[in-house]
Amino acid sequence: MAQQLRPSKSASKKPKIDWSRREEADNFAHTVKLYRQGKIDHDSFRRFRLQHGAYGTRMTDDYAMVRIKIPAGQIYPHQLEKIAELSEMYSIGSAHLSTRENVQLHWVVLEDVSEIMHGLADVGLTSREACGNTVRNVMCSPLSGVCNDEEFDTTPYALATARFLLRNPLNQALPRKFKFNFSCCEKHGMTRIVDVGLIPQVRELDGKKERGFKIFLGGGLGNKSFVGHQLEDFTPEEDILYTSIAVLQIFDRMGDRKNMARNRMRYLVDEMGWDKFKNLILKQRAVVRTTQSVIIKLNINQKPNEIKRPISVSNENGSIPDGYARWLKTTTYKQKQEEYRAVFVTLESGDITANQLRAMAEITKDFSAEGFARNGFSQDIILRYVHESDLPKLYSRLLESGLANSGSLTMASPVGCSGTTSCNLALTNSHRLAKEIQRKFLELKLDEDDDLRDATIKISGCPNSCGQHEIATIGFFGGGARVGNDMYPNYSMSLGGRFDDKSMLGVTCMRVPVKRTIPVILKIIELYKKNKQSDDTLSRWIDRIVHGNESSEIKSVEDMKKILSPLVIPPSKDDDPDFYADYGSDTSYHTMTGKGECAA
Amino acid sequence: MCSLSKEMSPPTVSVDTVRSKINDDSLRLIDVRREEEYNQGHIPNAVNLPLASLLSGDSPESTVKLFEEMGIGDSTEVIVYDDTFGALASRIAWTLQYIGHKNVALLEVTYSQWKELGLKTNTEKPNIKPVKHSLNLNSDIMATAEYLENAKEKDNVVLIDNRERLNYLEQHIPGSINIPYRTLATDGKILRTKESMRNLLKNRGISEDAEIITYCGSVGTLSGLAYYALKSIGIPNVKLYVNSFKEWKKLEKPIGKQENAAYWDLSAD
Repeated sequence: MAQQLRPSKSASKKPKIDWSRREEADNFAHTVKLYRQGKIDHDSFRRFRLQHGAYGTRMTDDYAMVRIKIPAGQIYPHQLEKIAELSEMYSIGSAHLSTRENVQLHWVVLEDVSEIMHGLADVGLTSREACGNTVRNVMCSPLSGVCNDEEFDTTPYALATARFLLRNPLNQALPRKFKFNFSCCEKHGMTRIVDVGLIPQVRELDGKKERGFKIFLGGGLGNKSFVGHQLEDFTPEEDILYTSIAVLQIFDRMGDRKNMARNRMRYLVDEMGWDKFKNLILKQRAVVRTTQSVIIKLNINQKPNEIKRPISVSNENGSIPDGYARWLKTTTYKQKQEEYRAVFVTLESGDITANQLRAMAEITKDFSAEGFARNGFSQDIILRYVHESDLPKLYSRLLESGLANSGSLTMASPVGCSGTTSCNLALTNSHRLAKEIQRKFLELKLDEDDDLRDATIKISGCPNSCGQHEIATIGFFGGGARVGNDMYPNYSMSLGGRFDDKSMLGVTCMRVPVKRTIPVILKIIELYKKNKQSDDTLSRWIDRIVHGNESSEIKSVEDMKKILSPLVIPPSKDDDPDFYADYGSDTSYHTMTGKGECAA
Repeated sequence: MCSLSKEMSPPTVSVDTVRSKINDDSLRLIDVRREEEYNQGHIPNAVNLPLASLLSGDSPESTVKLFEEMGIGDSTEVIVYDDTFGALASRIAWTLQYIGHKNVALLEVTYSQWKELGLKTNTEKPNIKPVKHSLNLNSDIMATAEYLENAKEKDNVVLIDNRERLNYLEQHIPGSINIPYRTLATDGKILRTKESMRNLLKNRGISEDAEIITYCGSVGTLSGLAYYALKSIGIPNVKLYVNSFKEWKKLEKPIGKQENAAYWDLSAD
């Protein structure tokens, strides 16, 4: 039986910002109609559709994916409930949480998209500018405000930036998409792999403390990836809007609008050279600063959120279910606020059923003292301000809803993009592979191994990095290979990627057939155990190998490749037909892609 | 014959109407839940008819007999409810219409919602006197596989599949469109508001003067609900392919499929 924490149903806290505009839903419905009647050409319609957050779907024009933006990742209980309802009515009865704090509804009939937009307007959410050549969802670290290493909470800055840019003419037709990421500290953000990344810092000037940021520009993952550059030592807080505008203006003016494969801002930075680009931005910022009125200051709501622990009904003397210690160790983070923890709820490849969304809404009301949840960077949901004495009860509740998997803060929670489940560009079912790896890791209880804790696995279904494979300790991206006429799914494996203050892209190691990925990962772990130093971790060991600093039998990526290569030899199709099929498919594998839409 | 459906009562009745008529002898309330559930409590004066009892003897004659034993005569007003978002109740109501009963409707809420509203329930079984009911098959509201195959050649026929999206993607009757049964309800009611139902059809480009045939997985429950959702906005020509996809597959008729995508792996179920 569900433990009733409170005598009556808790009310959902209401968000401070309404992101929606209802008339956009009607306009969308009308435009779909015109498109179907042939009164709008395909390309114009596609631009319009993407601008409004409806993405194309694998091998069909009949369906769309609706990407709901969750600015700064803050999502409220009634919004979770609404998304649950919409997923049952217009999608597949599950929603998908992305790595960029979006919630995606897949396989939506194009003609029903406007219905979803109406539903989102009921709860103040929008899909506007979630796709297309716009500023995408403004992200914020899910630990902002509770992180032990942060200088200050950047959530209000992320929200204010999102609010300033949403529907702003400045970013409606950029050369390409554009991404912001606010972090809390060096460890918990992804500031160096986005167009604009911001880490809070404080400096003292004449005995006065001043807030500001480290701003990183020109990073990004994709077919060709780059790590961002820091603009200057310290950017005062009043300058972040000027800087953002300057960067968007320079990109808008100078970015490549012709070559779709090279029109993200990182290519502009690369071609121009960082110093030249930096000077351009600084000059442009000076222009922006002198030509704008004060009206365009960011509207930062510094009013702190009310923290009020939900009233617990007396403990029913309930016994603590099995697995609690493991869950506690591998999914919770001690906040800087005493006696509170943040709980990371891992979902297999970010998928969550309508019923689980409803359960999450109730659980958020019953357990989070701030009254809302946050989306994370790893296709997860984070519940913060859970009082430590409520954790056993929370675990029971999550368990009832199938949301209590352990390992969210460990290597046992791989990221997998949507792959061939819905994406036109995908070559492999990366989505399912991530699920398979997670199940295997949990079965082997590898989430409990402290040596593996800070390592990551990330998987993309093609070279385009939606699964962020290049910043993973062990990363994979999908492709195909053949033996004679027989094709099989084959992943490229990279090692040593990281996204902290020593951010770097993974080093390509070798190709691994899909049905050998798990044995290869387990072999790497075995090799690590054999060669590790005292007080070592897998990610540190791999870091030494990719930098040529390791002294054991495996000194380089080449050595690793040599040891692993017997594992990846293809058997004949007669001996092992399963080897030739992708996960989630019993027919023989062949690659098939449609037109990518990111660049539309 | 064509005008028959227009003579029918509106497809749903309000909670207030039912409350005011509960003790009325001319009204028969049918509770379409399992017997154990019914025995634990039901709307006062309701009789129990689990869907399985209806399906076990599906010939029109045995169906008529079943309703006669429930005291339903030609002029009895019948209101049906369930606790399965209206789908099972719809199938019973549709069957009554099919044998020629005119005065039948669905309660606008489910039994759970009735209880949540704090309305009366009890465990007493009403005394029932069997009566006579005539049999006038209303074949206008029924579609068979054969009818479907021929109808598909006609213009202005729309075939709607009311199963969940993933089931539809995997297999469906070629040429059908998918409106999952969950789409048909609004918060707190088994059917959408008329306005939003009209809007849904308008967006999908379905003309209200089209002949619409609904089907679902096996026995016409989810699609029965769709039948009433369409009737609620006054669409004249709606048919239920009552034996639905289960029969279609058994007859080895052609099947459509969304190819080259592993959509099942997106589900968290």
